[in-house]
Order: sequence, then structure tokens, then C-alpha cells
Amino acid sequence: MSAQRRVLDVSMLPDTGDFGHRGLVWWGTVGFMVIEGSMFVMVLIVYFYLRLKVAEWPPSLPNPDVGVGTVNLLLVLVSLIPNALAKKAAEEQQLSRTRLWIAVLTCIGVANVILRAFEYPALNCRWDDNAYASITWLLLSLHTIHIVTDVVDSAVLVVLVFTSPMTRRRFIDVSENSLYWYFIVAWWVPIYLVVYWAPRWL
Amino acid sequence: MPTEGPRARPVERLERPLDENAETRLHRELERTWYVPRGVVGWLSVVDHRTVGKRYIATAFGFFIFAGILAALMRIQLAVPDNHFLGPDLYNQIFTTHGTMMMFLFAVPVMEALGVYLVPLMVGARNIAFPRLNAYSYYLFLFGGLMLTTTMLVNSAPDAGWFSYVPLAGPDYTPGKRSDFWAQMITFTEVSALAVAVELVATIFKCRAPGMTLNRLPLFVWSMLVTSFMVIFSMPAVVTSSTFLLLDRLVGTHFYNPAEGGDALLWQHLFWFFGHPEVYIIFVPALGIISSIITTFTQRPVFGYTALAMSVVTTGFLGFAVWVHHMFATGLPQLGLSYFTAASIVISIPTGVQIFCWIASLWRGRPRYPAPMLFVLGFFAIFIVGGLSGVTLASIPFDLQVHDTYYVVAHFHYVLIGGAVFPLIGGIYYWFPKMTGRMTDDALGKLNFWVLFVGFNLTFFPMHILGFQGMPRRIYTYPSEMGWGTLNLLASGGAVLLVVGGVLFVYNVVRSYVAGEVAADNPWNADTLEWGTASPPPVYNFLHIPIVEGRNALWDRSVDAPVVTGIRSDCREVLITEVLDAAPSNKTEFPGPSIWPFLASVVTTAFFIGSIFTPWALPVSVIPIAVTLIGWFWPKSPEKDAPGARKSTELREARA
Repeated sequence: MSAQRRVLDVSMLPDTGDFGHRGLVWWGTVGFMVIEGSMFVMVLIVYFYLRLKVAEWPPSLPNPDVGVGTVNLLLVLVSLIPNALAKKAAEEQQLSRTRLWIAVLTCIGVANVILRAFEYPALNCRWDDNAYASITWLLLSLHTIHIVTDVVDSAVLVVLVFTSPMTRRRFIDVSENSLYWYFIVAWWVPIYLVVYWAPRWL
Repeated sequence: MPTEGPRARPVERLERPLDENAETRLHRELERTWYVPRGVVGWLSVVDHRTVGKRYIATAFGFFIFAGILAALMRIQLAVPDNHFLGPDLYNQIFTTHGTMMMFLFAVPVMEALGVYLVPLMVGARNIAFPRLNAYSYYLFLFGGLMLTTTMLVNSAPDAGWFSYVPLAGPDYTPGKRSDFWAQMITFTEVSALAVAVELVATIFKCRAPGMTLNRLPLFVWSMLVTSFMVIFSMPAVVTSSTFLLLDRLVGTHFYNPAEGGDALLWQHLFWFFGHPEVYIIFVPALGIISSIITTFTQRPVFGYTALAMSVVTTGFLGFAVWVHHMFATGLPQLGLSYFTAASIVISIPTGVQIFCWIASLWRGRPRYPAPMLFVLGFFAIFIVGGLSGVTLASIPFDLQVHDTYYVVAHFHYVLIGGAVFPLIGGIYYWFPKMTGRMTDDALGKLNFWVLFVGFNLTFFPMHILGFQGMPRRIYTYPSEMGWGTLNLLASGGAVLLVVGGVLFVYNVVRSYVAGEVAADNPWNADTLEWGTASPPPVYNFLHIPIVEGRNALWDRSVDAPVVTGIRSDCREVLITEVLDAAPSNKTEFPGPSIWPFLASVVTTAFFIGSIFTPWALPVSVIPIAVTLIGWFWPKSPEKDAPGARKSTELREARA
């Protein structure tokens, strides 16, 4: 055995994970985004599949009212700004800006959830009216579950960034949270179009 | 990108190896850091992949035994015509629970469980990525399985077949809660399987030892990677379909109700879009097991590594393109069906490529034939028969003749038992020394193989002929005039041998665990990293994280093999590497033992079971679920949360 051996010294590497795809957390977030995205795709396919089974759409029900849903869409799109700023601030490890933008983002999220409650009556149907009503309610609810989950997650982060000493890991959490919010916003656009406009166009 | 200045890089240098005392100190410190907690609370708080993996495997085999007993009951019932050992209702419950349990609670989980145990060891990691999620997924799997077992024991089991077709399983034809238990069992097992899939992908992509580039990935790890992706893309379909079913039954939605614009065939599309990939989710890990065993017992690098890895990937893709071949008898348009015939025949090509690669490996090596190798050879014999009957079934006119007969039963048992259970049992014999530190009895293992092999063929081969003779599946008895008695009696005789084989296996495993010969670290002189550490592995897996120098990690290792230094041993710090070339990228701290995943799984279970009975389970359980999840992710204290943050920043500043 030789007196010396080759080693690879990794003590210099960042030791609290990393942002984006270099870090491990990102892979968990993206993994679940892919799973949930697949579910959204499945449910959207089912929507159009069910459309093919009947002559008129929506079958003997009024169209949904687009008002509240559209306001919520605009609000969700507006939230992209604080979301992007929160992500940037976290990745630059700027505490005060991170605090500000994650708080703003959470407030908008809460408003989204409140508005969502008014979207259900605007659907003008009950889930057990017929298959169209069932799939419409399901689409909206699936997205609602995602919005609520991420708003709770953001709220917990707000508590953490204001009360506990900030570590790099916490900044990574904020950055990943913003990534997930992008995902939720991105899905709301097609789901909004399908829920509110597909009944008019198809 | 974060603005952190130039990225820190690992440094290569020469260093005097640690002397014996320093090695012992390191070992002790790592043991303290990566401890496995004891006591009842400790037992429920375990997050290390070896313990959770072994529990997963043992639990899955527990369900295998239960479902096997159900199969034996069916064979007793069918042994002679006009038998009244089981009534029709109980028989329906038994075949439904048998199939459901074998597919959802044994075959898929046991393969993932093997991945949970082996993948971190094979890639040179100290634990699986997201270890607490791993513990959570295990408990969900356990509780979901126990729920189904309980329904069987209290005579309230699902009875609409393992694929639970509507309208039979819908609210009109199956009142009561039987189908709801089935659908909710799906939710349990799929959430757990999806979580494990994400953990495995993250472990394989980001936790490999330096030097283990993607084209040096062990073939078993390739197969688990493909399996995990198939789980991620296919299981959302069955979660969707079973959720629709539950909603139709519980709150009166109309997804599957044609009278209100729904569609019964929608169920079959969604179920089989998952269901056919599921067959490959079970089969692909077995391919990895076979490659590992063949490489080891021929003592040569496997023939056609690239072809083998790419065949597995191709199978993964094609597995998503064949689901409609389960629906040839549903009256879909002919042109579409022809496509699925073609796809179903095409998928035999990558499997053929693999079989020829293995034959070439055996041909040019000097193979030894201990028990694990016999099971691989058994795979060849049985799986090829199952594969060929599969090609015949891909032909629509033929399929229509034998649809829902015992020919199909014979086919899928040849594919699943031959393609997955034989390699799996071979794999258990192969990795048993690593998992327990004890050798199994090889002579008994060989006897075990022959009993199972003969028993299997006696049981299932006659079913091909019974199918031709028109015996439908899922009938609880048949009149003697049909002339099916002799072959059924033969099949039931074979089943006796299968039971004996099962008992031999359990006896061998238990006896070896208690009193087997002590195993060396690498008793088979195998090539993959798990054999490069002690048997059983220490709690930290590897004293020094190895640096991989070739495709057959242990065989290609130089005498003074380089290792990684600079990973803290006083906290659960691990090395994170890049996806393609496994170059060191950063380090992170893995979470330690915690009771929260167990608590979260208990609350989730209460929610899943409660929602079988009332939609109010959702609002009631939202708060407890949120509390347990927040408890799970809440940082213990800032110091522990990131103990190295300050130090590494200082280091970087000093360098700058």
C-alpha cells in the first residue's frame, strides 16, 4: 500500500444545499410538480373525452359566469410579480426583500382563495347535475387544493422568515416555494379557459 | 442563477490514509451521527433506508403470503367440479383480494422496496433522498394494506375483480362499501409508490458517488430509474380513475354514469393507461435483478451494457402505448385497435434484445449456478413462454376467442411469476448475505427452486388448455359435464407444490437469518458498490464515500482507490453530485429520525378511511394533517438546521 492516497476534498463546497437543479430540494419539488401535472393532464383529457359523449355542451345547463374567475385569473397573473421578486431576493439571500415579497405573495394567495370561494356559485351547476358538472367541479377543486396548499406553505414560510434566524436553507425553501407557485399559476391559465370558455366554444 | 461569485470546486490531492485509530474514531462518530433510534417511539421514528427498506420488503412478503393463501383456497375450490367449499360471494371476494393484493400490495411495493434498500448502497450514498418521506410512504403502504386485509377477514372485501370495472363496481351494482375500500386502497398505495419514485429519482440523479457517471450506472439502478419514471407518469391515471369512482359512489357525481353524460369505458381507459405500465413497473426491476445476478455469476462485465440500459428505457416508453390491448373486446374502432396490436408486438423487441444480451453473457462467461442463478434460468424458461403467449394475445381475432378465459390467466401468471417473482426470489437469495450478514442454505435454495419451478408449470400450464376449452376466469365452480375436471385437478396438485416451495423459502430465510453461516462482505465477488461495505452495512453505509473508476465499480477499483474527504461526520451531511457526470456539486444535511412522518401517516389514514364513509372527513382532517406536516418540516433549531452555514461562508471569504 502506498504511503499516500488520492483524495477528493469536498470541504470547500457549499454545505447547505443549493438553489435550483444543483440542489436536492428542487428535484423533490419538480418530481411532485410532474406528478400533479400528469393528474391535471388526465383530468383535462377526461373533460374533452366526456364532451365527445354528448350532443350539446354544457348538457342542459347554463354556461358558467366568467366574472369572478376572470378577476381571479388577473390577480393570479399579478402575483407573478411578487413571486419573481421573492425568488430573486431569496437567491440573492436578501433578507428584507425576501420578507417583503413572500409576505405580499401570501396576501395575494389568500385573496385568490377567497375569490375562489365565489367561483363555485358562478359555475351555475352542482357537481351531481351531470357528468359535465362533475368534471367542471373537479377541475376547479383540483386547482383549489393546490392553491390552498401553497398558500399555507407560503404562510408558514412567512412565519419562519420573520421569526427565526435566516439560514441559507430557508432562502432555498423560499425559492422552491416560488417555483411551485409558478407551476400553480401556469396551470390556472388552461384550467380557467376550459372551465369558463370551453362551454362557450365547444 | 444565484450570485455567489465563482463556484467552489472540490480539490484533488494526495493524503496519508487515516491510521487504524483515526478510522475507529471516524467509525464511532459516524455511528453516533447516523444512529438508528431504539424504543417504541424510536422504532416509529426510523428514517434510514436499510431499516425502512427491510420493513417494506417484509411487509410486502406478508401480503404475498396472505394473497397466496387466498390463491390456495381458490385452487381447493376449483380442484373438482360442482364443489361447494367456497360460496360464490366469498369466491368473488377472494379472487378480487388475491389479485389486488398481489399487484398493489406485493409486486409493485416489493420492487420499490428493493430499490429503497439497494439503490443508495449501489450509488454510494449514506441514505435515500427525502428519508422522512420514505418513512411516511412505508406507513401509508402498511395501513392501506392492513385495511384491505381487514375487509377480507370480516367478509366485506371488494368483489368486482382487481381492475374493478364500472358499472359493476359503481353505485348501482355494488351498494355497500366494498368498492370504496378497493378505491381507497388505491389511494394509499399510489401515494406511497409515487413518493418512493420521487425519492429514487432524486437519489439516482443527485446522490451518486463521484465518478459514477450515468454510463457507469449499475443496470439495477437503471431499471429502478425507469421504473420510477413509469410510476410517476402512470399512477396519476389510476389515482384519477379511483377518485372518480369514489366520488360517483360517495357524493353522486356522474363520471361513469352514461345516463348523465358519463362513460363506463372511461374507467377502462384510465385504469389500463396505468395498468399496462404497471406490468412493466413490476417487470423492469426484475430485469435489473437478472443483470446483477448474471454479471456476478459469470464474473464478467455483462454483454451489451448500453443495449441493455437502452432496452429498459425503450420498454419504459413503449409500456405507455399498449393499454388498449386490454380492451380489444370492447368494440372500439378497428383502425385504432390495429395500432395497439402493432405496439404490443413491438414491445417484445427490447425484451428480446435483453434476453439475447444475457444469453451472450452466459455464453462467453464461465457461469456458476448457485440458487440465485437457477432462479434466473427459471425466469428464461417461464417468461419466454409468457412472452410468446403475450404475442399471440396481441392478435385481435385470437384475443377475442380467449378473452376472459383461463388462457389469459395462464399468460399473466407466466409473465408476472416468471418475469418478476422468480427473479425476485433469486434476488432475495442473492442479496440476503448483504442485508443480514448471513448466507442462506444453497442446497435448500436449489431444492426451493425446483419445487417452485415444477409446481408453477403444473399449476399454470394446464390453464392454457383450459382456456382453449372455454373455461372462463372468475367462475366459482363448473359442472362436471364440461370436462375441465382433470386439468383443474392437475393445476391444484401443482398448487400444493407451490405452497411447499413457499414454505421452503420462508424456512430457508428464517433459519438462515437466525443461524446461517456468517457472510463475508462480498461473498459472491460481485461488482457493485453495495458489496464494498460490511455485511450487513453499517448505519452510515460507507466509512469513506468511494470514487467510482469504472462501470463495474468494485472490479475496476485500483489498489489505492481514491475516496472523498471533507464531509462532516458530526452531522448527517451528504454529498450532492451533478446529474450526468456525478461531479461533486454541494453538500446538504439529511434530516434525522422523527416521529412526525408516522403521525402524519396516521392522520392521513384516518382521512382516507373516513372519506369512505362521509365527505366530512375532508374538512375534519385538514387541520390535523396540516399540523403534522408543519411539525414534520419545522426546523428544530436554527443551529441544527444549518450548522455549517457560518463556517462555510467564512471559509469562502478566507479563500477570497
